[in-house]
Amino acid sequence: MTAELVRGQNHPLPGTRVEIRVSAGAPVIAGVTLNDQRGRMRDAGWTAHPAAPQLPGVEVSRQAAAVHHLAVDLDALPQDVHRVNILLALPSGPDFPPDFSALAAPFLAVTGLDGEEIASYTATGLSAESAVVALELYLRQGGWKVRAVGQGYAGGLAAMLADQGLAEAGALADTINEAVAAGMARSFGHAPQGPTRHTTAARTEPAQPTSPPPPPEGRPALGAQQPADGPGGTHGGGPIDYRHPRRATPASPSTPPPAPAGQPRPDTVPSQAGPPAQSGTGAQPGTAPQPGPVPGQPGGADSSQPVAGDAPGWSMEERLYNQVWGMFEDLARSVAAYRSAVDFADSRMDRELDSVLDDPRARVGPAAEAARAQAQAKRDALIEQAQAALERDTGRLEAESEVVEPALPPALARWDNPVWQAYEPPAEPPMALRVGDLSIPERAGLRIPMLVRLPLERGLWIDSGRPRGGESALVDADELRRLAQATATALAARIVAVHPADELTLHVIDPAGSAATALLPLVESGVLREPPAAGASGVARTLERLTQRVDLVQMAVRSRATDALPPDLDLADQLLIVHDFPHGFDDRAVNQLRYLADEGPSVGVSLLMVADREEARAYGPVLDPLWRSLLRLTPVPDDHLADPWVGHAWTYEPPLAPSGSQVVPQVLRRVVAARHSSGS
Amino acid sequence: MPLRRVLCLVAVGRWRHRFREGTHVSVNLSKGQGISLQKSDGAALTAVRMGLGWRAAPRRGLFGKRTKEIDLDASAVLFADKQPVDVVFFRHLVSDDGSVKHTGDNLVGGAGQGGDDEAIMVDLQRVPVHIDQIVFTVNSFTGQTFAEVENAFCRIVDETTGEELARYTLTGGGQYTAQIMAKVHRQGNGWQMTAIGEPANGRTFQDLMPTILPKL
Repeated sequence: MTAELVRGQNHPLPGTRVEIRVSAGAPVIAGVTLNDQRGRMRDAGWTAHPAAPQLPGVEVSRQAAAVHHLAVDLDALPQDVHRVNILLALPSGPDFPPDFSALAAPFLAVTGLDGEEIASYTATGLSAESAVVALELYLRQGGWKVRAVGQGYAGGLAAMLADQGLAEAGALADTINEAVAAGMARSFGHAPQGPTRHTTAARTEPAQPTSPPPPPEGRPALGAQQPADGPGGTHGGGPIDYRHPRRATPASPSTPPPAPAGQPRPDTVPSQAGPPAQSGTGAQPGTAPQPGPVPGQPGGADSSQPVAGDAPGWSMEERLYNQVWGMFEDLARSVAAYRSAVDFADSRMDRELDSVLDDPRARVGPAAEAARAQAQAKRDALIEQAQAALERDTGRLEAESEVVEPALPPALARWDNPVWQAYEPPAEPPMALRVGDLSIPERAGLRIPMLVRLPLERGLWIDSGRPRGGESALVDADELRRLAQATATALAARIVAVHPADELTLHVIDPAGSAATALLPLVESGVLREPPAAGASGVARTLERLTQRVDLVQMAVRSRATDALPPDLDLADQLLIVHDFPHGFDDRAVNQLRYLADEGPSVGVSLLMVADREEARAYGPVLDPLWRSLLRLTPVPDDHLADPWVGHAWTYEPPLAPSGSQVVPQVLRRVVAARHSSGS
Repeated sequence: MPLRRVLCLVAVGRWRHRFREGTHVSVNLSKGQGISLQKSDGAALTAVRMGLGWRAAPRRGLFGKRTKEIDLDASAVLFADKQPVDVVFFRHLVSDDGSVKHTGDNLVGGAGQGGDDEAIMVDLQRVPVHIDQIVFTVNSFTGQTFAEVENAFCRIVDETTGEELARYTLTGGGQYTAQIMAKVHRQGNGWQMTAIGEPANGRTFQDLMPTILPKL
C-alpha cells in the first residue's frame, strides 16, 4: 500500500534498495547530498549532481529531465551517512521556467526493487521557488525512513546548495547549469508525459487538508536526539483543553504527596555526578521505571501506588527529573502501541473488505453483508482492546503525575504550584528547567513537564510568526506577538528565579520598544538592571559587550588564565532577550547574534529570542543555521516537538502563569530583595 | 554505535553452563514442542526474559588454544497476523511500544543467575494488543557458521522471580549462519513458547524473513 506523504510526514522503508521516481512538469535537475549523524556534510564530495553524477550507492542523471529514476542502495553509501537529501532544481536559462509557480507540482515516488510503490509525495505549495529539497532518506534506530521535506528556495539552486552546507555553492551551481546545458541537446524531445501526471493532479487534492504542514526546518527532537521524526499524520482528535484540568484547585491536593522528603527544595545538594550533561538524558535505559512498578492488571491486585521520586538519582531533584523523563517515555511508547494497533486494525479491515470485493459473485447479497459486518466487528473489537490498554497505561501515568507534580521543586514546577508561593532564591542553580508542558492528542489532559538541562545548551526561540499548526488559527497576528512577548517574560522570569540571586544577569534588546508592556514585570521589579536596549545603537552596544565577554572568557579558558580576566567582568551567567528581531539589526549585529548563539552557551551566555522567521526572510538562508541552533517554542499550543524515542508529534504549551496571578512579580521581587541583602 | 557482544568465553561459558544446569529445573523443549507460559503456581506471567547463549567450539590441533571470537546477534521480531510490525535488535534496542527490550551489552542479574550472552526482555502486559507472535532469532554477524558454535540455547526466564521456565538447546550445528530459535505467541488469554530451531542463512534478521514466515 502506498503511503501518500504530506510535507513533514515520514514512512519506513522496508529495504535498503529503493528507486525514486521523479516527474515534474518541466525538465528539472536532480541532485543528492549526504549528511552524517550530525546533519553535516562530512566530505565535500558527498554530493551528486549532473556535473559529478556518481556516489557509491546513488547516481543521478547528467541532464535535466522531466522524469528521473534514481536508484539508491543505502547499504552501499559511504560509512557514517545518516541522511540522503533528494534535491530538485529548475535549470537556469531563457528556455526554462523561472520558478515552480506555473508548473504542476513535482511528484516523487519511492518504489522497491519490484516496482511496488512504498511512498509518494507531491511537492505542493511551491511558487516563487526554483529549487526544492524534496525528500530525505534518513537512518533512524537502525532502519531507513523517507520523509517528505518540500523545502523550497527562491534563491534557486545556489541558495539550496549553500543551505546544504556546500562551499562555493554559487560556483557549483554555475558548473551544474553548464553541465546541464551541455547535455540539453540530448534531453529535449523526452516527453514528460506518463500516467503519473494524472495521478499527481489527483493526489494534490486530498493531500492538503488532511494534515497540518509542519515547520520546514523539521521537527526538533526533544532531548536533541538526532533525527527528528515528523508527525505520522496524527492530528486532530477533539479540541484541546488548554487549561489545567487536574490543577483546578492547586492549593489543596486531595492526595498529600507521599514524597519522603516532603517538598524538596533546591537547596537539597544538587548532584555533581548527575546524568551526563549530554543531551537525551531521558533516553538512558536505566531511567525508565523498572519492572518494580509494573503496570498492574486491570482490576487485579494493584497495590503499588505511584510515588514521587521513584527513579534513580543522587538527589531528590535528579530522581524527579528522571521520573518525569520516564513518564514521558512511557506515555510515548504506550501511545505508539495504541496507534500501531489502530493502524493494524484499520489495514486488516481494508484487506478483508478488499477480499470480499475480489469475488464478483460474492460482492452483493447477505454473505457479503455478513463478511463486511464481521470485518468491521473485528476491527472495533481490536481497537477497543487497544483503548483499554491505553486507558490502563495513561490512568497509571495520570496517577503518577498527580503525586509527582506537587513534589516538584520550583524549577520543574508550573507557576500555579504552591511551591512558587513559598519561593526563596536558591543557593545553587538547578539541573533542569521546565520550559512548558507537553501533551499528546490521545490524552490531552495528561501533561508532561518539558524539561531542559541547565545551563542551556541551545538558545530558545519563541516563534511569534504565523503558526503552522491548526490550533492557533483563531489568534490574530498582534495577539500572537503579544503572547510571544509574554511567554518570553515568563521564561526569563523562571530562568532568573531558579538561579541564585547574583548568578544570572539579564539583558534585553527591544529595538522599537514594542515589548514594553510585556517587559514591565522585569523592569518594575528591578530584576533588569538597565533599561531595555533601544534603537540600532542600543542593539549594537549590547551585542558588542556580550560578544566581547564571550571572547574574553573563551580566551581565558583556552589559555587557562581565568584569573587574568578584568576585575570588573560580570562573572554571572548572562541571558540575552531579543525582541522584534531583525528590527534594528544591521549585518554586523546579525553576525554577532549568530556568534552568540553558537559560542555563548559554552561560556554561560544564553539567548532567548522572540522572532518571526518571515520578517528575517531578507537575510536569506544565512540565518537558517541560527534558527536550527535554537529550540523553537511557540506562544500558543502547537504540535511541533518530537520525542526522542518514537517521534510522535507533541503539543507544546508555554509556561504562562494563570491569568490574574501575581506569582511572577512576587517571585521577581524576592529575587531583587535577595540581591540587596547580599549587597550587590 | 552498534552494541555488539564479541565472545571469547570458552572456559567461563562452560563453567556457567554447568552451573545453570544444576540450579534450574525447567522443561527441556525439543524442536517444535510448545509450552504454555505460566508461573509455577499457575498464575499468568507478566514479564519474561528470553536469554540466548552459545559458545565457540574449541579448536583442535595446532594453535588450538588461540582465542576464537564468534559474534552472534539476537533479534526479536514482533508480528501482527503474520506481518512484521517492529524489530528489536542491536541497533534498535527497544520496540517502539516499549514492551520488548534488548539488554544489549548488559548481563542482567550478574554472575549469580547470568550466563545469557544476549537477553531480550518482554513485558507481556505491555505487548500491544495486535501483536500475536514474537519470534527470536540468532544470526552470525561475522559470517561463521553454526558448525563453529557449540551448545547454542535459548531459555525463557520468569523475569519477576528469575526462574527458568523452559530451555531449548540446539543440537548439531551446521553450515548455516542463522537460527530461528523460538517464538512466544498468544494462546487464549496467556502466552505460549514454542521451540522452532530452524536453520537459515543471513547476516541480519531481514534475510531471515522467508524462513520465519512459514513458522508463524
